[in-house]
Amino acid sequence: MEKVINWLDARFPLTASFKAHLSEYYAPKNFNFWYYFGSLALLVLVIQIVSGIFLAMHYKPDGDMAFASVEYIMRDVPFGWLIRYMHSTGASAFFIVVYLHMFRGLLYGSYRQPRELIWIFGMLIYLMLMAEAFMGYLLPWGQMSFWGAQVIINLFAAVPFIGNDLSELIRGDFVVGDATLNRFFALHIVALPLVLVGLIAAHVIALHEVGSNNPDGIDIKKHKDPKTHLPLDGIPFHPYYTVKDILGVVVFLIVFTTIVFFAPDMGGYFLEANNFVPADPLKTPAHIAPVWYFTPYYAVLRAVPPMFGSQFPGVVAMGVAVMIFFALPWLDKSPVKSIRYRGPRYKIALALFVLAFLGLGWLGILPATTLYTWVARVLSVIYFAFFLLMPWYTRHDSHKKEPQRVTDQ
Amino acid sequence: MKTILFLLLALPLSVFASTEVRLDPAPINVRDQESLQRGARVFVNYCLNCHSANYMRYNRMRDIGLTEAQIKDNLLFAADKPGDLMKVSMRPQEAKTWFGATPPDLTVITRARGADWVYTYLRGFYRDDSRPTGWNNTVFDKVGMPHVLHELQGHRVPVYRSEADHEGQWHQVIDHLELVKPGKMTGAEYDALVADLVNYLTWMGEPAKAQRMNIGLGVLLFLGVFFVLAFYLKKNFWKDVH
Amino acid sequence: MSEMSVDGSKRRFLVAMSSAMGGVAVVGAALPFVASMMPSARALAAGAPVEVDVSRLEPGMLLTVEWRGKPVWIVHRTPEMLDLLGKHDDRLTDPGAETTSQQPDYCKNPTRSINPKYLVAVGICTHLGCSPTFRKEVGPADLGADWPGGFFCPCHGSRFDLAARVFAGSPAPSNLVIPPHKYLSDTKLLIGEDQKTA
Repeated sequence: MEKVINWLDARFPLTASFKAHLSEYYAPKNFNFWYYFGSLALLVLVIQIVSGIFLAMHYKPDGDMAFASVEYIMRDVPFGWLIRYMHSTGASAFFIVVYLHMFRGLLYGSYRQPRELIWIFGMLIYLMLMAEAFMGYLLPWGQMSFWGAQVIINLFAAVPFIGNDLSELIRGDFVVGDATLNRFFALHIVALPLVLVGLIAAHVIALHEVGSNNPDGIDIKKHKDPKTHLPLDGIPFHPYYTVKDILGVVVFLIVFTTIVFFAPDMGGYFLEANNFVPADPLKTPAHIAPVWYFTPYYAVLRAVPPMFGSQFPGVVAMGVAVMIFFALPWLDKSPVKSIRYRGPRYKIALALFVLAFLGLGWLGILPATTLYTWVARVLSVIYFAFFLLMPWYTRHDSHKKEPQRVTDQ
Repeated sequence: MKTILFLLLALPLSVFASTEVRLDPAPINVRDQESLQRGARVFVNYCLNCHSANYMRYNRMRDIGLTEAQIKDNLLFAADKPGDLMKVSMRPQEAKTWFGATPPDLTVITRARGADWVYTYLRGFYRDDSRPTGWNNTVFDKVGMPHVLHELQGHRVPVYRSEADHEGQWHQVIDHLELVKPGKMTGAEYDALVADLVNYLTWMGEPAKAQRMNIGLGVLLFLGVFFVLAFYLKKNFWKDVH
Repeated sequence: MSEMSVDGSKRRFLVAMSSAMGGVAVVGAALPFVASMMPSARALAAGAPVEVDVSRLEPGMLLTVEWRGKPVWIVHRTPEMLDLLGKHDDRLTDPGAETTSQQPDYCKNPTRSINPKYLVAVGICTHLGCSPTFRKEVGPADLGADWPGGFFCPCHGSRFDLAARVFAGSPAPSNLVIPPHKYLSDTKLLIGEDQKTA
């Protein structure tokens, strides 16, 4: 065995990579609960790819056959129902894990210098993930699939001057139809997965280039052992974090399989009831809502009233609500990274932001009544204020002295 | 606390209910094979004439305790072989002309509408001479479907009451339905028949459900053991870290 | 020091057990995916056994039915045809039907059938897959005076007799396949299902 490895090492950086990224990659020893979600996101990616490949063996991307092919998978394909539920649950799980992973960044300042690029790659992954989920959702060709796509693609029609041509280009037709379905299928199973894998590789490479942050937000490379030159507060990722992440994976799988085997519909949030009705271009559902992971942005879109006869301002607001995350590394002017050492202003701002995000998400599911729209407007203001006022309240916030060495809080 | 959480999460979904009609809870038990078999017979005899169940194969009913011979002898009218899909007898275009709308496919109807909705719907038909079929429904106003099971349930007419809405306008709303011409079954017998039918429809909506939950139990037990092992493994390695 | 070795063996035990369980988990997770590649209920239904009513099949005539996408011939052999069957074993590649993969064991007999009256055979030449033509006439000009009746494949000239056995010298290496089949009655066949041994 050793001979085989030597043969490979002479031709490929096998052991060198293993050392650089696992057994000799030193990570801070104080990772807590919030640090599980990166590896879990990687796990969900694998689940989606594997289940997706096997679904694609039976699915038919044709307007007349798509819905039937999904039921074919659920009934006639041995264990097809299991693979389908894994993929539908995995889609929602991906967003839960990614949102918690991003929140970790907000808690500990993981986006701060020198990790801005990791954050940018991460945000690009988030954008691509939203596109991937949106395209995947069209594929079952149910009522929500069709009308959700119809609504969102119509947003592109709101772009001034080029809107109609743009939406026709996306649809491949005058209305959402077979052409749209086929191209979304191609993008969903090949193009975006490749882009995602590439971005995730870049994300991890950028991380390993500078090393991981930690819950105290301090730099472990500042204190190295004089003899070994290794960070005093660092431990090799393998075996310590491989073994810890295995535990994280098992706990995640317990939750994941509970949902897959006992509540795959998740009360209509993961598999919507109206999507069990085949797409009907002539019958608009009484209530169209995007899947839960898009609802915060949908609420922002609906909160903005039409201006000059156009929905475009709402579209812009929705876009800015997502894109503004990119600016975070440059908006945060605090001298400390981690929330543990920040003052009350940031803590209050973050708490309000979380409440606004959750509130907008909830409102995005509900119909847009007058009252709800006003609440959504207030929450949208809080949402944007978190970012736009950040340079001010982080600069003038009090802060505690950061420790020299990591703590075990 | 749990109630609050449940209400918070369930509230948004209540908007998917088509009207504010109160739905009666359907007594579903997809492990009651005799009920499912009775329901299957009602389904094939009364529903498959106009509705299809295009994604369901006849021979899947082996899962509810029927042999292929029993399926062939009792349930195969519109098909040749037990492996065939449950296609409709009538042509969809004809159905649309006669009823105004194509009767929807019923394979996953309870997943789309909910078992309670279908249960209340099938027990909510009443005489209405203003409708082309002569029938209307408390759950689905102006439905195109006639009361296929009228010989069993009998004919009922609505009894109205006056009610003011939130703007102070008075409307006639249906208070309850009154039997004017008895059918072959009593009210309780008919409810039991519909319960069997809805039970069958629920099972047909997801035939793998029982298997899914059984396998799930095994998986969770395995993961429970694996968790204990992984926990001690982690603790063992992390003893080294101070 | 001894503490280290105790810990070391406990660690090895935990790693071994976790790896074993992890292996089981991976295999268990892989099973449904592999299973999903097996023929689905739709494929099984399409490949289901086919019932054939031969009550109106005249003596000497051939009927073709489709089973699993393949043509299956049923030939109502006359007494004269059956009589000629035993007389040319020396000209056949496999007269005794020794290649057992070509027929069910209940058809390993001189007429390669359950009931000698009917030949049931898959009409695909064992050479390269063409469908041979039915040449029941004895001694036609193009096939020679010693032709006892049978099947002639136009693609490369393989010849088979009325028990679907291949003549020596044909490009085809083996007899035509006899599919699993059984009799539901004297005149009703079920192609695709084995006859249970009595």
